[in-house]
Amino acid sequence: MDKKVILIIGIIIIAIALATRLFFLQIIDEDYKVTAKNNALVYQTRYPARGEIYDRNGKTLVGNKTTYDIMATPIDIKEFDTVDFCRIFRLDINVVKKKLENWRLNKKKIGYQSFIFIKQVSDKDYSLYAEKAYKFPGFYAVSRTARIYPFNAGANLFGYINEVDKDFLEKNPEYKSGDYVGITGIERSYEDVLKGKKGYNIFIRDVNNRVISSFKNGTHDINATPGEDLVASIDGELQQYGEHIMANKVGSIVAIEPSTGEILAIISSPGLTIEQLSNIRNEYSSILEDPYKPMFNRAVMSAYPPGSVFKTVNALIAQQHGVINASTMFSCARGFYFGAKGKMGCHGHPSPLDLKHSIMMSCNAYYANTFRALLNDKKYPSVADAFNQWKEEVNKFGFGVKLGSDFPSELAGNLPSTTTYDKIHGKGKWNSYNILSLAIGQGEIGATPLQIANLAAIIANRGYYIIPHLIKNAPDSLRREKYREKHYVDIEQRFFEPVVEGMYLAVNAPAGHGGTSRRAYLDGVSICGKTGTAQNPHGKDNSVFMCFAPMDEPKIAVAVYLENAGAGGTWAAPIASLIVEKYLFREVKRKELEESITNANLKQFVPTKRKRY
Amino acid sequence: MNTFLTNSKSGNKVDLWLILVYLILILFGWANIYSAVYSEDHAFIFDFSQRYGMQFVWICISIITSIFILYIINPLIYRTISPLLYLIMLFLLFSVIFLGREVKGSHSWFFIGSVGIQPAEFSKITTSLMLATIMSQYNFSLNKTKDALKGALVVLIPILLIIMEKETGSALIYLSLIFVFFREGLSGWFIILGFSVIALFIITIVYSPFIALIAILSVAVIIRFFVRPNFKTFLISAATIVLIAFVPKIPFKFVEILKPEIWGIILFVPIVFIWLKDLWTRKERKESRWLFLSMICGIIVIFSVNFVFNNVLQAHQKARIENLLGITEDLHGIGYNVHQSKIAIGSGGLLGKGFLHGTQTKYNFVPEQSTDFIFCTVGEEWGFVGSIVLLSLYIFLIIRIIVLAEKNKDSFTRIYGYCVASIFMLHVFINIGMTIGLLPVIGIPLPFLSYGGSSMLSFTILLFIFIRLDMNRQTR
Repeated sequence: MDKKVILIIGIIIIAIALATRLFFLQIIDEDYKVTAKNNALVYQTRYPARGEIYDRNGKTLVGNKTTYDIMATPIDIKEFDTVDFCRIFRLDINVVKKKLENWRLNKKKIGYQSFIFIKQVSDKDYSLYAEKAYKFPGFYAVSRTARIYPFNAGANLFGYINEVDKDFLEKNPEYKSGDYVGITGIERSYEDVLKGKKGYNIFIRDVNNRVISSFKNGTHDINATPGEDLVASIDGELQQYGEHIMANKVGSIVAIEPSTGEILAIISSPGLTIEQLSNIRNEYSSILEDPYKPMFNRAVMSAYPPGSVFKTVNALIAQQHGVINASTMFSCARGFYFGAKGKMGCHGHPSPLDLKHSIMMSCNAYYANTFRALLNDKKYPSVADAFNQWKEEVNKFGFGVKLGSDFPSELAGNLPSTTTYDKIHGKGKWNSYNILSLAIGQGEIGATPLQIANLAAIIANRGYYIIPHLIKNAPDSLRREKYREKHYVDIEQRFFEPVVEGMYLAVNAPAGHGGTSRRAYLDGVSICGKTGTAQNPHGKDNSVFMCFAPMDEPKIAVAVYLENAGAGGTWAAPIASLIVEKYLFREVKRKELEESITNANLKQFVPTKRKRY
Repeated sequence: MNTFLTNSKSGNKVDLWLILVYLILILFGWANIYSAVYSEDHAFIFDFSQRYGMQFVWICISIITSIFILYIINPLIYRTISPLLYLIMLFLLFSVIFLGREVKGSHSWFFIGSVGIQPAEFSKITTSLMLATIMSQYNFSLNKTKDALKGALVVLIPILLIIMEKETGSALIYLSLIFVFFREGLSGWFIILGFSVIALFIITIVYSPFIALIAILSVAVIIRFFVRPNFKTFLISAATIVLIAFVPKIPFKFVEILKPEIWGIILFVPIVFIWLKDLWTRKERKESRWLFLSMICGIIVIFSVNFVFNNVLQAHQKARIENLLGITEDLHGIGYNVHQSKIAIGSGGLLGKGFLHGTQTKYNFVPEQSTDFIFCTVGEEWGFVGSIVLLSLYIFLIIRIIVLAEKNKDSFTRIYGYCVASIFMLHVFINIGMTIGLLPVIGIPLPFLSYGGSSMLSFTILLFIFIRLDMNRQTR
């Protein structure tokens, strides 16, 4: 072949090789395009303000304030008065010096990068710094929003936000390092609503990471969209008041508006203080060491034995089953006796009692009989079947299941099943006597204060409840629907009357008639209440009380649960009564009672070295 | 004819196509340098504190020079003064090693004031002229060993001096002149041999000497079968190679005493004897002997690769080759240039980001963006379409030179034309090849586009001497 032709063919082959490579690089391969963008453009995040939370009266529960992060650009740092700098921010001078030295050594590596030097500096410190800022070249402040809590209450309820960590980022790639996310409480369950949408400013940078200019004059920048505000069902003042009177007590208060299921106040004591909440990063370890576990939200997590308040459930189910009615009488000789030695004790009261008065005086024997009647009902082939039926109906009251509130940490409590007893006693080897303590809300049953408050709401509503919830204006219709739906417990309304009357009498019967809840009495308001005194294997009994008021058209249902505080009537009842008064009248007139309750130290009876429920 | 002035009567017209492509390339290059260095503070294109301002000066000087070459200098003078120019240039190449200022590790620059001049760039011209002079002599034939050596020496001396200046990249360009030898009668086998050595080199580095040995033996056996179709010998040879391939799998301890490639050679010796018997007993064909010789050379190459790679090449050259071959990956160190360059070109897409709108080539992401890596700006701002147009312009230029060279009856012009075409071709191939990660990073400029006075001026002179010579064409 002609050598000229060979050479020309060779040249063309080489040209085709280059062209092919260019084709793949420029047209096919997407990798290089993405990198080019990241390389030369800096996306500086604009952080949105997090949505605020208002209470049911429009007052701010959780607001925002501007704080400052002090940033440092090591390459721009020149000699400065480190002592003065450390004094402003109360820093350890040695730590600062070490850091500066470290930057000096890594100068090349760092280049033009900036770091957050101090996080969330207060307004006061910032203004001190701003005056002298010119003295500290290489440092500058950027504003970020931080949370404020005007009521200084509700720490456990609101929860805290924190910078996202590595684990979280791996599971949630839509977040970026440096973002904040709600970790507990409302901040967590409504994270999607509150967080808002980040925006960004685009800058062009050079190879040394030095920002050259705004990209296309900022026309491609996107503003941050602030998070949506939430309206909570919480009554800020009531929440604050509840936390105030729960000082030095271990337990919980839950107040619900029965007609809507809106939670008015929810207190877990001892809980986090607002101070701890806003400073969670530094307080975290001391919080974890606290023997009273302030992070543990008793109101929705503790599975306590409900005690006698649970008698109302058995009274209602038994009536529906037809095994008792309003006029059924049982006698009581300071207790219920079975077998050779079996005895369920009771206190002294007139005997026999009808249903209404059994609630009023909280007779144990009455409910032992009632519960046996339920389980030994001939309708069912075995005790186990009767038990299962009973359990199913108790579940309808919201016991042993998660209610589905918008509390992220809500637990289900416990309700035993036949297998529980099969394990303890052997299959088929147990009968109504073995599980008799369930009649009076003791034994293997565990309920959260939220569930107990919900029970009060069910009785107040005479037969249904709406899932207790915290947020009134959930933006998505799914959640709105969920918190509007009535859940019926399938007990006829008429069966509630003797129970309500018994609860009314328990509080309002004249002294000396055996009402167990006299201390909940509130002048001018028909409070209906039921005490409970739940045995606690660790120390004194737990003091339990649930109530609703007024009797007709109830406005509030309250559950109070105090660990190791003794009889339900003594402490839990007056606390609930104060809550009702505060809510209905916005002001408490019974200053003496308020003071004695507030000052009572019931925490001292709580053994700290033990497993939580 | 015998004056310094052009005799326009006997000459042809200037080849306007070459002039046109030349002008497009320098102006396009100028625009790209402007874009690569562009900043809003210095937006004026004639700002002489900036590279595009300086490039404009070089363009003017080049154009004046080209007019001078076309219309003032008598082309006949080249034949007479080329030995003198060649020797002067050798002297400069030599003295710059000692007198030149060190720039990035190489001693190849003279400085006159602040203007640097690189003799290696200009010696391409003198070497080409010298080669054309010698090879166009009456009776010169590459088949004569003495003539062939003379030709080779003209090329090898500057290569040696430039390597001593540590400008290996520029030295490599002179290897392109092998195509001139090819055109003038050198066997194509030399070129194939050259490529084979490169292939062996790569196989040995990327895989292992053992694999390379198996490859070379297999090729030898197959070629031998076509040269001397002896089926029995072929089967025995093939079986031996299969046996060799399994050496590393043999689980006996004593096998590990020697490297597998040594075992391979020992096992292959009997085959060589069978071949040799053929060689001695009958009159073998010439190809058989060449094959045998090539095989031995190949084996020597394999065993010297590691030595060359570790001892002859400089550390950065080694690193660039390892990076290209994917043996090491280091996007922030040695691989940074190529990675950034690929990003810039890749981000251009089909139509590019538009003039002055590149983000990668500005702001210094790509190093040497106005000199060796100027193609990045083209790729990023003009996209695939622009890159292909540019490539086509070069290919057109080179093929046009070859076509014109072939039209000349005068062998001096033809040989010189081939020199110019070969040098341009290798520059374009190596430069673009390195920016797109096809070849290792070798610091040589892209003709007419890269910033720099020496390269601009030398390429211009190189091209215009050819255009002037072609004006005197007497068609065959």
